[in-house]
Amino acid sequence: MRTSRCLFGAIAAGSFLAAAAAQAERGSDGHVSIIYWQAPSILNPYLSGGTKDLESSSLVIEPLGRHDANGNLVAWLAESVPTVANGGVSEDLTSITWKLREGLVWSDGSPLTSEDVVFTADYCMHPQGGCAQLSNFDSVQSVEAIDDLTIQITFDVPKPYPYSVFVGAQSPVLQRSQFQDCLGARAPECTEQNFNPIGTGPFRVVEFRPNDVITMEANPNYRDPDKPAFATLTFKGGGDAAAAGRAVLETGEFDYAWNLQLAPDVLQNMQNAGKGTVVSAFGTLVERLMVNLTDPNPELGDERATPKHPHPFLTDRNVRQALSMAVDRDLLVEIGYGQAGKATCNVVPAPEIYASTANDGCLVQDIEAANRLLDDAGWVRGADGVREKDGVRLSILYQTSTNAVRQDFQALIKQWWSEIGIESELRNISASVFFGSDPGSPDTFQKFFADIEMYANNFEGADPETYLGNWKCNENPRPETQWQGGNMPRFCSEEYDSMLADMAKTGDINERARLGKAMNDMLMQEFVIIPLVHRGRVSAHSNTLGGVDLNTWDSELWNVADWHRVK
Amino acid sequence: MFHYTVRRLLYAIPTLLLISLILFLLLDLAPGDPTAQLPLTIPPDVKERIRASLGLGEPIHIRYLLWLQQFFVNESLHLISELTGWDISGDRQRVISWQTRSPVVDIVIQRLPQTLWVVGLSYVVGIAIALPIGIISAYRQYSWFDQVGTFVSMVGFSVPTFFTGVLLIVIFSVHLGWLPSIYDTTHVVTDWNSFLFQIRQLLMPVFVLALFNAAQISRFMRASMLDNLNLDYVRTARSKGLAERAVILVHVLRNSMIPVVTVIALGVPSVFGGAIITEQIFKVNGLGQLLIIAIEASDIPMVQTLSFIFAILIVLFNLIADVIYGILDPRIRYD
Repeated sequence: MRTSRCLFGAIAAGSFLAAAAAQAERGSDGHVSIIYWQAPSILNPYLSGGTKDLESSSLVIEPLGRHDANGNLVAWLAESVPTVANGGVSEDLTSITWKLREGLVWSDGSPLTSEDVVFTADYCMHPQGGCAQLSNFDSVQSVEAIDDLTIQITFDVPKPYPYSVFVGAQSPVLQRSQFQDCLGARAPECTEQNFNPIGTGPFRVVEFRPNDVITMEANPNYRDPDKPAFATLTFKGGGDAAAAGRAVLETGEFDYAWNLQLAPDVLQNMQNAGKGTVVSAFGTLVERLMVNLTDPNPELGDERATPKHPHPFLTDRNVRQALSMAVDRDLLVEIGYGQAGKATCNVVPAPEIYASTANDGCLVQDIEAANRLLDDAGWVRGADGVREKDGVRLSILYQTSTNAVRQDFQALIKQWWSEIGIESELRNISASVFFGSDPGSPDTFQKFFADIEMYANNFEGADPETYLGNWKCNENPRPETQWQGGNMPRFCSEEYDSMLADMAKTGDINERARLGKAMNDMLMQEFVIIPLVHRGRVSAHSNTLGGVDLNTWDSELWNVADWHRVK
Repeated sequence: MFHYTVRRLLYAIPTLLLISLILFLLLDLAPGDPTAQLPLTIPPDVKERIRASLGLGEPIHIRYLLWLQQFFVNESLHLISELTGWDISGDRQRVISWQTRSPVVDIVIQRLPQTLWVVGLSYVVGIAIALPIGIISAYRQYSWFDQVGTFVSMVGFSVPTFFTGVLLIVIFSVHLGWLPSIYDTTHVVTDWNSFLFQIRQLLMPVFVLALFNAAQISRFMRASMLDNLNLDYVRTARSKGLAERAVILVHVLRNSMIPVVTVIALGVPSVFGGAIITEQIFKVNGLGQLLIIAIEASDIPMVQTLSFIFAILIVLFNLIADVIYGILDPRIRYD
């Protein structure tokens, strides 16, 4: 976890003030207002995977454990984090036992018990529920209440990283008595419950207006009698990132603005107004190019972009390497992300222990060497400057979603590729189509009917195993899987698959890190994924708001109980 | 007149049914996926289950008929239950939004106040400014007042609201700090101070929209007045010795209003449609913002229901405009 300098400042100031504020009474700091330019639609994360919904609900409902701002696992509603060492995880890695803290109560005053946790698992795992967080419950065989405070989760395979269930804002505990009539197909009908969940968190909902604003007040039964410092909270949604930034940094109407994806100079100008501070932190989000190893030629009909037809020239590793070498990643960062980006050569850029340094050569653009590489591989420039060999022209269709920064990147990269004799045609597709998974649409990122495509992806939490599993042989999207699957390059390597199988059996963190890095390096050195920018999260808070500790591993509002007014 | 109105209302039924079918087909054929906005960390098989739980697995005619039943039968029954307190709607499934999993009509009703406050008020203000400007501009054609009026309506017409809106925010919120840049939809007027706050937060969005509305209507008013001013009946009125005031405000104005009333009446549905851009800029979060967010999220039940409500309003206000013709001009009779 690398953090930007101004975040260090904020943490230092925050922890100093937190010490002073710890004496304060609950609700003594009045009102706090938060603005998210995407408005929350629902406060039940199990029915919505949207970040806006997860983060707003994290003010109210909480998980057993979560990641702190440095990506470390910390106990939240649980007493401690179960591990093999403390006996909480069984030796054969097939079960994990969580113990709740004693004396926890819901905001309505009733006690939180293991029955609530068991119910939450049943709620999400119900086959008709359409639970958005179902993948977190992968290979869960049963969730049982051992006693009032103890929950045992059993997996049907050894699970070396058992912390996907009930960890993080995407997997909080719901109150059984509130949701018991909302199982399965009835889940979406429970509007009242989904808008006003009863929780254990520092705030409780007073009024929820979908896609507009949430009014909250301090939870009178919150476990720490002195927190939260704020008596009331407004969570406003809507508008755009610029307006949200303006409301915190320039007019001071709001205290906290989320995810300010703005041009670096715009943000700097806003900060110069002196009302607020921009904070940033890096998670695992990487903007990358995916290289198609299969032939997307429309003449192939149904077998288009499937492994039956290898790509005419992108199967040549030299071409893929040249594509990567021609890119000036620092310039991309400067133009597109500023403080919120770093050049990267890894698809797994964090946490620290998983970040490889073996590929850092890509950080320097080298057009000359790329040209030499292509010359040596026998790709000769034709009359129009485009290289070809045996009648195959290096001509690329390069697609991405419609987004101003991505179109800038496309234009720059097209220019660099033309300097090494590779011609490219640019295409952008509306995000709701590109990222949609309508099997009838030819334009989805999974069908990948193009040679190169660009988008960003990350993984939840701090363990990359599931994420690396995307590039298994059988994960390639194809007609038989209704074009589902995460292996966009259609990469296939037995060695990679066997490392992944090893990782699934390994509990030791250092050994897992070694395997994770090796798999990352393999993808990088084969140049099937060309990472461009490690993207951070940029948010802003008012200078009068203390305690903000930007967390990209969990909800940004994870420590809202510690927020307070700086006098 | 009454028969005419009833006949038109009956004609409206097949028209609206056809509109609803076309809307449904258009939305269904348009590319888009309600799970597209979810993070990529949610695997495709989970997204598939989400889509199935939204009812997307059903064939298109079933989904259309289901929507018809939900909108016309279930929502009407629910409305009657709400109004009368009788429990006749029972457990019937209402039209449910895919984003919020809550009844669409409830959200629409929740959004109406802020839309009517901002967009409705700006329409009223716009008309109140436009009519006098149009009348005076025509009466004193090519005077300095007319020139200034023409210039202002040119500006109002051609400068987009996303420019004027942001410009006002930068001046009055950022530099002067007088007015809030973000509309507080939860604000309730209880006393003098809260009323003043309501006025302050309404000022900028209403001004931006009123400028635009006034520009359009004042041009229509001016043109229509000019058409009438040179007609014979005006000369007759003057030669009878009527006061100039009576000639203009009674004779000319009444005749000139006929086309202007159409423009005003047909503009009313757009008040309910909200102002997509202005609502976004000032975070009013009214019906316009609701519609655009639903479109982005491919929330088909929401888009379908909202567009259909707009269609009903447009059909209705067309009829109202026709009826007002008859009142303004006794020569127009439909029976």
